[in-house]
Amino acid sequence: MAANVERVAGRGCVLRADDIDTDRIIPARFLRCVTFDGLGEHAFEDDRAQAKGNHPFDDRRFAGAAILVVGQNFGCGSSREHAPQALMRSGFRAFVGGSFAEIFAGNCTALGLPCATLPPEHLAKLMDSIDLDPAQELVLDLRARTLASRAGILACGIAEGARQQLLEGTWNATAVLLEAGPAIEATAARLAYVQDFRA
Amino acid sequence: MGSPGRWGYPDRVTSPGKSLLDKSLLDKVWDAHAVRELPSGQTQLFIGLHLIHEVTSPQAFAMLREAKLPVRFPSRTFATVDHIIPTESQRRPLADELAEEMLVALERSCAEHRIRLFDPGSGKQGIVHVIGPELGLTQPGMTIACGDSHTSTHGAFGAVAFGIGTSQVADVLATQCLALARPKVRRIEVTGKLRAGVYAKDVILTIIRRLGVQGGVGYAYEYAGPVVDAMTIEERLTLCNMSIEGGARCGYVNPDEATFDYLRGREFAPKGEAFERARAAWRAAASDPGARYDDRVEIEGSALAPAVTWGIHPGQSVAVDEKLPRLAEVPATERAAAAEAFEFMGLRPGEPVAGTRIDVAFIGSCTNGRISDLREAARVARAGRVAPHVKALVVPGSQAVARQAEAEGLPEVFRAAGFEWRQAGCSMCLAMNPDKLVGRQLCASSSNRNFKGRQGSPTGRTLLMSPAMVAAAALRGAVADVRELL
Repeated sequence: MAANVERVAGRGCVLRADDIDTDRIIPARFLRCVTFDGLGEHAFEDDRAQAKGNHPFDDRRFAGAAILVVGQNFGCGSSREHAPQALMRSGFRAFVGGSFAEIFAGNCTALGLPCATLPPEHLAKLMDSIDLDPAQELVLDLRARTLASRAGILACGIAEGARQQLLEGTWNATAVLLEAGPAIEATAARLAYVQDFRA
Repeated sequence: MGSPGRWGYPDRVTSPGKSLLDKSLLDKVWDAHAVRELPSGQTQLFIGLHLIHEVTSPQAFAMLREAKLPVRFPSRTFATVDHIIPTESQRRPLADELAEEMLVALERSCAEHRIRLFDPGSGKQGIVHVIGPELGLTQPGMTIACGDSHTSTHGAFGAVAFGIGTSQVADVLATQCLALARPKVRRIEVTGKLRAGVYAKDVILTIIRRLGVQGGVGYAYEYAGPVVDAMTIEERLTLCNMSIEGGARCGYVNPDEATFDYLRGREFAPKGEAFERARAAWRAAASDPGARYDDRVEIEGSALAPAVTWGIHPGQSVAVDEKLPRLAEVPATERAAAAEAFEFMGLRPGEPVAGTRIDVAFIGSCTNGRISDLREAARVARAGRVAPHVKALVVPGSQAVARQAEAEGLPEVFRAAGFEWRQAGCSMCLAMNPDKLVGRQLCASSSNRNFKGRQGSPTGRTLLMSPAMVAAAALRGAVADVRELL
């Protein structure tokens, strides 16, 4: 059983852009590997080089942040789990944003990393608040579905299935799926293409 | 959940004079594969076909090793090598040591767990989303998963197919199941008839432009209507392939006679009487006429023109005879992204997209690397020569596609026009092999993503379009309306 994830507390890092795809989070050349080790140092490598020091990941005010605050449709594109792996390995334990791409969010859940959403006006308020006071602590409370900061206690959304998995410590799905035991084979046995018309 | 009928799909409940409990294909397939409801509220879903490749599976096999778990249904997983494979020479050991290491890791894992691997020596290697269909592995009514977002491609057969991450690859290897929430279904009807020079690629780029790159989050897309009905299976593969670019994790087309005809005689498709039984089951998997949808959208197919992307996500596109949008015309919520895109692309708002000078032309990928794509591109290539300043590349989607093209003399057509003819793989779609853009090169590409740096150079730029449009751009040296060349 994996650890229960009920709350994540820590400082925030603000990344103000929409539609950040997983190629940008971790460019494909870093996927030429057979382990996830060492991905952390390459997170946003090309964006950071192009921003010449002006990328939030190079902003000293955000050093050591645990919660990445992002815009709309974060993590779109490739299914590479290397993306949340790289972010986790650079210290992030939760994501708060306008919305998340589905495969990215699923990959985060599988790593025990919550993805919480805020409506645009609250997201803007949170981003401004962190920019003004980057040292403040944010608290994401999965049970209460809130994000507490100097911007107030904001109600946030989180996919219910993922929330339950995180709260119950069942986000490492393999163990839970194995519990079904012979029901898996029984399901397969009901499928004509498994039992009957194989080539 | 209904009781399983003869084919494993819950029987449609009918009673005279009453309304039918009509279901969508998504619901039928979902219910037939549901092992149980999980405490989280998600479904434990049995996965009928699992496809793996060298990039997203090694860590999953390591997870299995660490947990001392066997592969539960080794005969339901198939492997190939596509992302890192070089397209100039596939000779072993691969010149690139990292690529060789990844291929060796895949070979070892497949041997250890008795998983069938289609390697370059098999004659069946290719892009995972090209070989699944052409081998007949992909069939209607299946659930299909692969550690690759373009798994949505397989929905073209009326399968429920989606991309997964590496931890989920481990879930499928160990349990043949995934924990998933049932998506909503949006039916997208494409009406009318496509005009000459307009392809499935133009349809899906237009859908994404209309509904947005996150419009499909939480949905499966069911593509339908006269344009989709008239499409070949290969065109439907292109359509479903880019569902994920619209945010929809899966997209599908209901199976019909074209689907069954395509499958007949394929290596892994049922044969003889079994084929007839399968056909009845496949037909039963299609959405019922009265199925309810969470949303419906209609697209006027007859009005479509060839599409070209101009930005850094696939929703930023225009018709080839349109001008690039002015920032004031872009909805306020998308304006910052558009400004960023214009800056990165070095393009100017309000300018026509036709005439944009290109440096590279790439024909291939799981979106458009099939034989019909190469035939259309070759038709255009016959009309001239690649512009002197353009590097042009044709990469077949699989070894089988390459053989078919060779039988039809297509490599000669391409070479005579100045294109390079390569071996099968993902190649410059994501540039994990030596095929990469250099510096700020601008590439007309038949692939699926125009993200910053996608084609191997951090500052490289991509314009997505149909393979015929890429060929036209290669000849003109600039974005051109293929309808003028056909």
